[in-house]
Amino acid sequence: MAGVSDAELKTMTQEERVTALGMRTEQLTGRSMFIEFDEAAEERFTYPWAPEVDFNKRTEIDTGEMTTTEVNRKIRALMAEGYGTIVLKDPRGKHSVGTGILSRLNLIIEGSIGYFGVGLIDGPNVRITGRVGWSCGENMMSGSVVIEKNAGSTFGAAIRGGDLVCRGSVGSRTGIDMKGGTIIVGGDTGALSGFMMQRGRMVVCGNAGKNLGDSMYDGTIFVGGEIKSLGVDAVEAEKTDLDKAWLTRKLTQYGLIDERGVDHFTKVVSGKMLWNYDNLEPTEKKMIL
Amino acid sequence: MCGIAGLIHKGKSSNVGGEMTAMLQALKHRGPDSTGYAVYGAPVEGDYVMRLKVAEADDMARGRGAHKLIEGRVAAVDEILAEHGAEVKSKESATEYALRYVISHAGDTAKLAAHIEETGGVEILSLGNGLELIKDLGDAADVAGLYGLNEFQGTHGIGHTRMATESDVDIRSAHPYWAFPYNDVSVVHNGQITNYWNMRRQMERGGHRFMSDCDSELLAVYTAHNLANGVELEDSLRRSIEEIDGVFTYLVATKDQLGMAKDTMAAKPLVLYESDDMIAMASEEVAIRAILPQEIDTTDPYDEEVRVWRA
Repeated sequence: MAGVSDAELKTMTQEERVTALGMRTEQLTGRSMFIEFDEAAEERFTYPWAPEVDFNKRTEIDTGEMTTTEVNRKIRALMAEGYGTIVLKDPRGKHSVGTGILSRLNLIIEGSIGYFGVGLIDGPNVRITGRVGWSCGENMMSGSVVIEKNAGSTFGAAIRGGDLVCRGSVGSRTGIDMKGGTIIVGGDTGALSGFMMQRGRMVVCGNAGKNLGDSMYDGTIFVGGEIKSLGVDAVEAEKTDLDKAWLTRKLTQYGLIDERGVDHFTKVVSGKMLWNYDNLEPTEKKMIL
Repeated sequence: MCGIAGLIHKGKSSNVGGEMTAMLQALKHRGPDSTGYAVYGAPVEGDYVMRLKVAEADDMARGRGAHKLIEGRVAAVDEILAEHGAEVKSKESATEYALRYVISHAGDTAKLAAHIEETGGVEILSLGNGLELIKDLGDAADVAGLYGLNEFQGTHGIGHTRMATESDVDIRSAHPYWAFPYNDVSVVHNGQITNYWNMRRQMERGGHRFMSDCDSELLAVYTAHNLANGVELEDSLRRSIEEIDGVFTYLVATKDQLGMAKDTMAAKPLVLYESDDMIAMASEEVAIRAILPQEIDTTDPYDEEVRVWRA
C-alpha cells in the first residue's frame, strides 16, 4: 500500500507484509498460498519504464504481409505513442506474436497464431478470436489471455501468474512446470497435463488425458470430465468450500460455468511431500530421488 | 526438427503440387536440408509411374566421370525393363540423376523393382499407378521448380522438410519413403526412432531392404511389412505405436487414403483441419494457413491418436 517503504517491508513478517500491501490470501491445499493484490497495490508491480497507455486510444494493424518481428516492433511503437488498445488483423498463424509485452495493454488478435504466442508477458489483457499453437503464454507473469478456439500442446508452460484461458480444447502437457497463476481449459486436455507443476491452479472443464499431474510438486488441478489416469504423485483430494467458491467465481468470470455448477469437478493435488520443500527423513529423500 | 504436411481432397482433383509447395515452403524453417513430395495423380490401371534416381545430387560435381556413370546406369535400367517385358511409354528427366518413366507392365512389379535396384547407385523412389515421389536437396520452392510440381493435379499428397539429425544430408535420407514394394504407399515422419537398429535387423531378417541409414525409412519398411502380412493401414498405424519406440508423428498415403499416427508422448506436433471436402495437416498451423488463409477451426491430435481419411 502507499506509504509503506521497502525498508519497512523488509522488517515485517510475511503476514504483516501481506496486510501492509493490501493483499488477500487464501490458504490452499498443501503448501500453496494464493495471493491476490488489490487494485491500489497494482502500481507497485508495473515497470517504471513501461509506457503510459490510454485504453480508449485504439488502432488496428493488418499483419497479413508482415513478419513476426515487424508485428512485435509495431506493437511496441504504438504503445510508445500511447495506444492502449491494439487490434491485430489477419495473423495467419505467425509464431511468437505478442511475446514479451511487459505493460498494460488491451491486445486483440483477430484470427489464429502459431507457436509461442503471447509468451513472457507481464500485464496485458489479450483476446484471441482464433486458435493458438504450441506453448501459448509460456512463462506468462500476469495479465489475462483468452483464446476462443483450440490451443496446441504445452499450453501455459511454466506460467507464473495471470489467467490463461482457452475456451476450446488444448493439446498435451498443459501447464508443464507451472509455477503460479491460473490455466482454464473449456474443453479437453491431453496427456501429462500438470507435469512437474509447482504452484498455481489448473481447471479443465472437459476430459484429461493419461498421467495427469505426473510428478507434480504442488498446485491444484480441477477436472470436470473424466481423467484417463493420474500420474506419479498425483492424488484426488476433497474440494473445500473455498475451492468451490473460487471455481464458481473463475468459471463465471470467463463464461465457462454450466448448469451443473462446480460440484462435479474432481480435485487433484500432489500426494507427495518433496524434499526440496520439506525436511524429510533420508529414506524418504531416497525414494523421491 | 523436420516438418511434415499432408492434404487430401474428397472426391475431387486439385492442384495438389502447388498446395503442397505452399505448405512445405511455410515449414522451411523446420528443416532446410531437403524437401520431398509424394503426390497422387489420377491412377491408370496397368500403367505405372516410376520415379528413380541414378545418383546423388552431390555426385554431379565429379564432372565427366559422373555423366558416364549415369549413362551406364540408365542403360542398365532400360535393359531390365525390356527383360521384364515392360513397355516404356515415356521417359523424362527433371535432372540428370532423377528420372520419371511411365511404363506399361503386366508382370510382377516387385520383382521388376528389385531387379532394377540391383544396378549399383540406382534407387527407385516410387512405383505406382498414381504415386509420384520426388525429393531433392533444398527448399520446397527449389524442388518444385526443378521438378515442375507447381501445376501437379491430384487428389492427395504428403510432404516433408528435413533437418538432418540421424543421418546424412542426401537424397536417399530425404523423405518421403516409398513402402517398397507396395504400389502407391508412401511415408513421411517427424521424430526419432530409438529402437531403429533392433527393428531394422528384424525387418532385414524378414527379407526387407533398406536404402539409407535414416531411422524414418524404418516406418516405410514397417508399413510394407504389415501390409505384406495382410494388416490394414489403420491397424498398422495403431500397431506402430506399440512396437516402435521413440518420438514420432508420421503420415502414410496410399492410392486413395491418408493416415496419421502420433506416439505415446505426443512430443511431435501436428495441427489438423477437417472440412466436408478436404483435410489438411501440418507440423504447424502456418502451413495450413498458406493454403487456407481464411479463419478456420483446427485441432491437435492427442497421444496415440490414429486417423485415416479416404479421398
